[in-house]
Amino acid sequence: MFDAILNNLPYLLGGFLTNLQLAAFALAGGLFLGTLVGLGRISKRPWIYHPVTLYVNFLRNIPLILVIFWFYFVMPILVGRTMDPFVSAAVSFIVFEATYFGEILRAGFQSISKDLVSAAYSTGLTYRQTAAYILVPIAFRRMLPSLITQSIITFQDTSLAYVIGLQEMVRRTTIVDSLEVRSVQLYSFVAVLFFIICFIGSRISLHYEEKSRKAKVL
Amino acid sequence: MFAYKFDWGVLWRQPYGEWLLQGLWLTIQLGALAWIIALSLGILFGTMRSVRFWPLRIIGSLYVEVFRNIPFLVQLFFWFYAGPMLFGKTLQLQINQISGLNYYIAIVGLGLYTASRVAEHVRAGFASIGHGQYDAVLSTGMTPLQMYWYVMIPHALRLIIPPLTTEFLTIFKNSAVAMTIGVAETTFMSYKIDEQTFHGLEATTGAMAIYLVLGMTVVKLMDFIEARFRIPGLMTR
Repeated sequence: MFDAILNNLPYLLGGFLTNLQLAAFALAGGLFLGTLVGLGRISKRPWIYHPVTLYVNFLRNIPLILVIFWFYFVMPILVGRTMDPFVSAAVSFIVFEATYFGEILRAGFQSISKDLVSAAYSTGLTYRQTAAYILVPIAFRRMLPSLITQSIITFQDTSLAYVIGLQEMVRRTTIVDSLEVRSVQLYSFVAVLFFIICFIGSRISLHYEEKSRKAKVL
Repeated sequence: MFAYKFDWGVLWRQPYGEWLLQGLWLTIQLGALAWIIALSLGILFGTMRSVRFWPLRIIGSLYVEVFRNIPFLVQLFFWFYAGPMLFGKTLQLQINQISGLNYYIAIVGLGLYTASRVAEHVRAGFASIGHGQYDAVLSTGMTPLQMYWYVMIPHALRLIIPPLTTEFLTIFKNSAVAMTIGVAETTFMSYKIDEQTFHGLEATTGAMAIYLVLGMTVVKLMDFIEARFRIPGLMTR
């Protein structure tokens, strides 16, 4: 009954590992760039605020799949040689997800009272120190549920790297399916694997949401 | 770096310009038709999650969890490749002969996926209505069914117009995934232009402009709807 899955298990799971790796890069890069984007979105300097706002509003209106294609076309022109689909996909995910993480963190920054920031400055902290030790830690803690939810979405989105031929799980499943013609079990298997990870993630997000609702610290 | 020769003409030169416009028309169709499914099922399952009768609550939660936690691409491939097989050999062959099958599957698949997200907003809408209103409506002698149909659902929907606007924008963006099963919408067309001309950069940039204009149009439309259905006396922007 599960013959097609069992016969190709290492191959399929190897694809799933690619999804996980891509998600890891996308999250690390996306959160870092997203933090800068979030700070830029609350910046009082117009030459920072306006370009960052344009970047966020532009990308949030474009389908991710199109952004993946665009980077796949633009990267070889910039670098001068054909790009590895994984690198190209990782760059598109970082640039794309940073806008979503940035907006979540902006909401986090804006929830911090002005008095706290003034207090930080009055103790002699510079802007950089205030951002690093006050703004960012508080915003991350407050926005943890939303950040986890967005991370789950990012993980689901890694399947879209399928379109530029990356050997991730969905791509490998279509390859196996074209040989074995066992679509029901093969696609169910992909669905179940993604479901398990994402379901656990959504429970963790819910847990932190409940926790912060009860504690109400900071 | 500059070895690449730009040719923006692929955006309007025939037949490519026409392809992009055809793609836009399909994107609009996919988004609008899937939205009808998403809204009806989203209201249904969102309401089911809010009622007191627990078997309905479980069905609603099950639907939302399953459709939210599986990538849309995987859902689409499941319906497209595995879906017809679920009906047995003879029916499967007949189903696969339907012309434009991928188009219908894209609409239904996108609708089912978005319904789970709409259901979450609907539930949040119900949660923000005070308990007093439920008791008040029931005390007028309405049955629970009448209460939901005439009072609670219209009230909840008017409360959640802003998040539904975001969802409506997202459905057009997600419709781009339909290209993977060969539906010739905007992203598909930009990729097809690349195959013919090797000017994918210009073609995808043009497609981005199309999505941007479409998105701004949708926002304007929803602003109008929001102003029309705003509940008087509540906070506005």
